[in-house]
Amino acid sequence: MSSILVQVIVGGLLLGAVYALFSSGLTLIWGMMNIVNFAHGDFVMLGMYVAYVVWALFGAGPAIGVPVAALLLATLGIIVYFALIRSIMKGPMLAQILGTFGLALLLRYSAFWWFGANYLSLPENIVGGTFDVFGIRIQASRLLAGVVALVVTGGLHILLTRTTLGSKMLAVAEDSSAAQLMGIRPDSMQAIAWAIAAGVTGIAGALIATFFYVVPTVGETLGIVAFVTVSLGGFGSVPGALVAGLLIGVIESLSAYWIGAVYKDIVVYSLFLCFLWFRPQGLMGKS
Amino acid sequence: MDKSLMRRLLWPSVALALVIAYPLLFSTPFQQRLGALVLLYAIVASAWNIVGGYAGQVSVGHVVFFGCGAYAAMGAYAHFAWSPLVGIPVGIVVSVAIAAVIGVPTLRLSGHYFSMATIAVAELVRLIVSNTDYLGAGVGLSGPTVPRNVFDLSFISALPYYYLFLTVLVVTLGITWWMADSRMGFYLRAIRDSERAARSLGAPASRVKLYAFMLSAGLTSVAGTLYATMFGFVDPDSGLGILISVKMLIMAALGGAGLLFGPLVGAAILVPLEEISNNLLGGKGAGLTFVMYGAIIVLIARFQPGGILTLIKRLSDKRGGRSEKADATGATHAP
Repeated sequence: MSSILVQVIVGGLLLGAVYALFSSGLTLIWGMMNIVNFAHGDFVMLGMYVAYVVWALFGAGPAIGVPVAALLLATLGIIVYFALIRSIMKGPMLAQILGTFGLALLLRYSAFWWFGANYLSLPENIVGGTFDVFGIRIQASRLLAGVVALVVTGGLHILLTRTTLGSKMLAVAEDSSAAQLMGIRPDSMQAIAWAIAAGVTGIAGALIATFFYVVPTVGETLGIVAFVTVSLGGFGSVPGALVAGLLIGVIESLSAYWIGAVYKDIVVYSLFLCFLWFRPQGLMGKS
Repeated sequence: MDKSLMRRLLWPSVALALVIAYPLLFSTPFQQRLGALVLLYAIVASAWNIVGGYAGQVSVGHVVFFGCGAYAAMGAYAHFAWSPLVGIPVGIVVSVAIAAVIGVPTLRLSGHYFSMATIAVAELVRLIVSNTDYLGAGVGLSGPTVPRNVFDLSFISALPYYYLFLTVLVVTLGITWWMADSRMGFYLRAIRDSERAARSLGAPASRVKLYAFMLSAGLTSVAGTLYATMFGFVDPDSGLGILISVKMLIMAALGGAGLLFGPLVGAAILVPLEEISNNLLGGKGAGLTFVMYGAIIVLIARFQPGGILTLIKRLSDKRGGRSEKADATGATHAP
């Protein structure tokens, strides 16, 4: 394998780790309360703008931007849960889809109205330049984003499977009235789930902003990437989202390298439709 | 008997007469164009309503079918110098085929998959068309600049469009009404309220949903052709942009999804609102218009999923002191 191909694959894996991170937010919500958040991509977009604003106002890099984005987005998640999700959850399907879809528009065009349609970006060397490892050139920002994303995704998985909080959330997901009888409040668990899901999505957004342009409509593409990842990995599965995210990152990089950058989204979207056709439960989901 | 029938027909007849007379009463070019646009969007939203409202399957990529009609019309002129009217049959065939390809796999699954698949297809088609030179890539295709004959449907005044759109709208509403009143309509409402219950009673759920989707796709495509003839061109943004899907969805939902006249009411409220806000605010207004749209959608979903007509109906029932609750929204779930 030529070193350029290795470089493309490594780049794809690093990007894929970030995809995995924000997709696990989507999959958590879906798995727990059977709601697809159509505004998920726009949560990523907000995370990116938070990182940009933190830099523009205070000149601070991702070390500040990432935690701030996590906090702000987690707060937004809680607000969205109590103001909107809690009441549309029990409503008809139309209300569920309209609700989060309307939220997507609201966030996307508020950003458009406030920041304008211009492409913004953080300075290229905000994390550091590029360096060579065994002849492979890697941008420091992408390496940082990939590694942090992997760590956070792993942490999320441990939180969900190894802690009391995770077990409580799982209990609510399984049967919320039974959980209530055991003294777990479904309402607070679901609010926490929204906080976590939106928080990790904010982290992912702030990480992407270190190497990608920031624009209000970026959430549209990233939202679809999250759908692809989640449907590939199986709805509700964080490890599934991780594997699928890495895979999609690599597929995207390879198709950009082989066919051309314009066609990488076409490849990913087509893949999504193939999956819906042939294996709607995802790679790792149960049939 | 006759009296109650007359009373029932009185208001619709008055409304129709007003709609027919509108462009003669309000005859400035701006008012006539506005009227034509309201009717055009009412057609699109009514077409969406068949699958989104009656069947309860929320398509967020309906613009694909709109684009098929628009591109078929402009393509027929640009490549073969045919009348853009050729776009109607071509657009319908392509749209119905695409609807079948999306619908067959996803309508078996829960409604969310359908919504996600329709978004992905819409974006996929937009990306492919934006990179296809034959379809004008990013620039788009134009229609006849100078009309050769009446079949080019290229008029300077908005008046001919107004009556053309009105005719198509009446046909669309007629088809919807006929469908809603047929066996298929009953199946659809049963499926929307509880698919499991409907299936267990023997309703062929997947097939009926697919038919509704294909019918809706065909009608949306006709609206796309009409749009292209009025504006004389189509490009990826105006023919395939996700915001067109958004407009269909919000107009139907605001007026009342699953109600015959819901989309018309929604269009009559939102189109003037958008035109006015664009005129007042200029380019900056486009962003604000969609902020408003987003807020309206969220508020409808949160407080009044049945839309304005359901709200009015509920209020008037309450005032009339009728005990039975009229609920046409499908907001109830069968146990």
